[in-house]
Amino acid sequence: MEQVLLGAVSQGLLWAMMTLGVYITYRVLGIADMTAEGSLTMGAAVAAGTISGGGSAYVGVAIAVLAGALAGMMTGLLHTKLRIPALLSGILTMIALYSINLRIMGAANISLLRKITVFAPVQELMGTSKTLSVILLGAVCSILLVTVLYWFFGTEIGSAIRATGTNPHMVRAQGINTDTTIILGLMISNALISFSGSLISQAQNFADLQMGTGAIVIGLASLIIGEVLFGQRHFYTRLLSMALGAITYRIIIALVLKMGMPSDDLKLFTAITVALALSLPRFRELGRTLKKSLRREGAR
Amino acid sequence: MLDIRNVTKIFNAGTVNERKALDNISLSMSDGDFVTVIGGNGAGKSTLLNCIAGVYPVDEGTIMVDNIKLDRLPEYKRAKYLGRVFQDPMMGTAADMGIQENLALAWRRGNRRTLRWGIMDKEKELYRKLLASLDLGLEDRMAAKVGLLSGGQRQALTLLMATLNAPKMLLLDEHTAALDPKTARKVLELSDQFIKKEKLTTMMVTHNMRAALQYGNRLIMMNEGTILLDISGEEKAKLRIDDLLRLFEKAGADEFMNDRMLLSK
Repeated sequence: MEQVLLGAVSQGLLWAMMTLGVYITYRVLGIADMTAEGSLTMGAAVAAGTISGGGSAYVGVAIAVLAGALAGMMTGLLHTKLRIPALLSGILTMIALYSINLRIMGAANISLLRKITVFAPVQELMGTSKTLSVILLGAVCSILLVTVLYWFFGTEIGSAIRATGTNPHMVRAQGINTDTTIILGLMISNALISFSGSLISQAQNFADLQMGTGAIVIGLASLIIGEVLFGQRHFYTRLLSMALGAITYRIIIALVLKMGMPSDDLKLFTAITVALALSLPRFRELGRTLKKSLRREGAR
Repeated sequence: MLDIRNVTKIFNAGTVNERKALDNISLSMSDGDFVTVIGGNGAGKSTLLNCIAGVYPVDEGTIMVDNIKLDRLPEYKRAKYLGRVFQDPMMGTAADMGIQENLALAWRRGNRRTLRWGIMDKEKELYRKLLASLDLGLEDRMAAKVGLLSGGQRQALTLLMATLNAPKMLLLDEHTAALDPKTARKVLELSDQFIKKEKLTTMMVTHNMRAALQYGNRLIMMNEGTILLDISGEEKAKLRIDDLLRLFEKAGADEFMNDRMLLSK
């Protein structure tokens, strides 16, 4: 059981970076960005491709981050310059990335067994198991990224991106090019997601062409769990709650699997959870109307 | 200050819904002019303002502000020279952000955004003073989200934001139309104070004849995309609502006599 939980935490910490990326598009910019599914796989593909080709794992991760930013830029350009709806722009990039990822990998999957990943030095230095080294590095990266993002969204550029998601009219009236802020937000988001993918592939010792499928839904599930359970008013805690949400999601999944749910049903389970969570406000509203009309009945 | 020459704007050109919103309009404003613009629905008042602000590109003609050619610049680049307040109180501010954050965004209008911190401590002092001048108690809740404010408070804040950093022109687009009469008067009063204090060249579109007569040194009446009347100075000061109605009738602007206009008498 302990092993299961540790595994879940380690996975959650790597997906935390992905969840932060989803937060930037979904909550800050107000865009459901499907690029995520492609850029997560691309991060894995680039890192695995670099490492299996004999390159350094760090170089692999760095290229993955850049590649993710480029993918986000592609979606941003399609959306802002060509005026394609955001959702469709993301889907287009996602589909394009499928072919690109296949080219990067050269096969449907790459094994990283017995290769030197970014986790190897940590493992050696601390003398821990792989899982613990993933937790260690994952936690350091997550906290670092939360801090950097907190700083960034407090800067002039970051504030402009936040305002763009709330009211693009106002932002343009204040002399800010909303095309730029949207593209920038998408680039940062997908760079984070690709970074996450590059670490995930190294933690699980393989990259798979399909590993991004459903990633956006997992990201959203983590985001909502984070907001409901840990979401605070302060921006820093809100960012931190994304990481905690990702970990909680993984623990829930681990427990559900442990309780005997077949792993084939995982995606269905996640989809239903997200659909329910997203419809919570509507349910609350219905509940309120119901209560009101009942009270009126009673008064009559 | 403002020089509009032969501006034409056609919506849905080449379709059955084609509509000439601005028909070869020319208009000049001097430095410090405060022009009120009235006219019926579809007269082209808001279109004129939006063409100056760059929300819509013009089909023909030129727009210059202080000898800077605006008509080919995108909206966000024109913002450097223009302060704007919209009809919808939701439009001018970012609801999810604090009062001071909104002011900080406006304070940087026309400047390049950098990786410097988005709001400095010394700015907050300035904002506190400016907010206190609105007399709405906003200076004590500077960190509060703008979404928590009433429509009137939001319009007052937008007005403050629009006048920060001395814009070359202030564009008010029926900015009190969505407010209750009492709040509308208060916001109009505030607008007038700001305009006088900063000597702002202003164009104010309004549905309210009384306000159009009471404020500004010049009045323009529009109909079907053209300027029907242009009255300024002494002549405007002596103008009464009845005179205005008679002038409209004479000018053949029947459409102008719509319900909102009569109700606002």
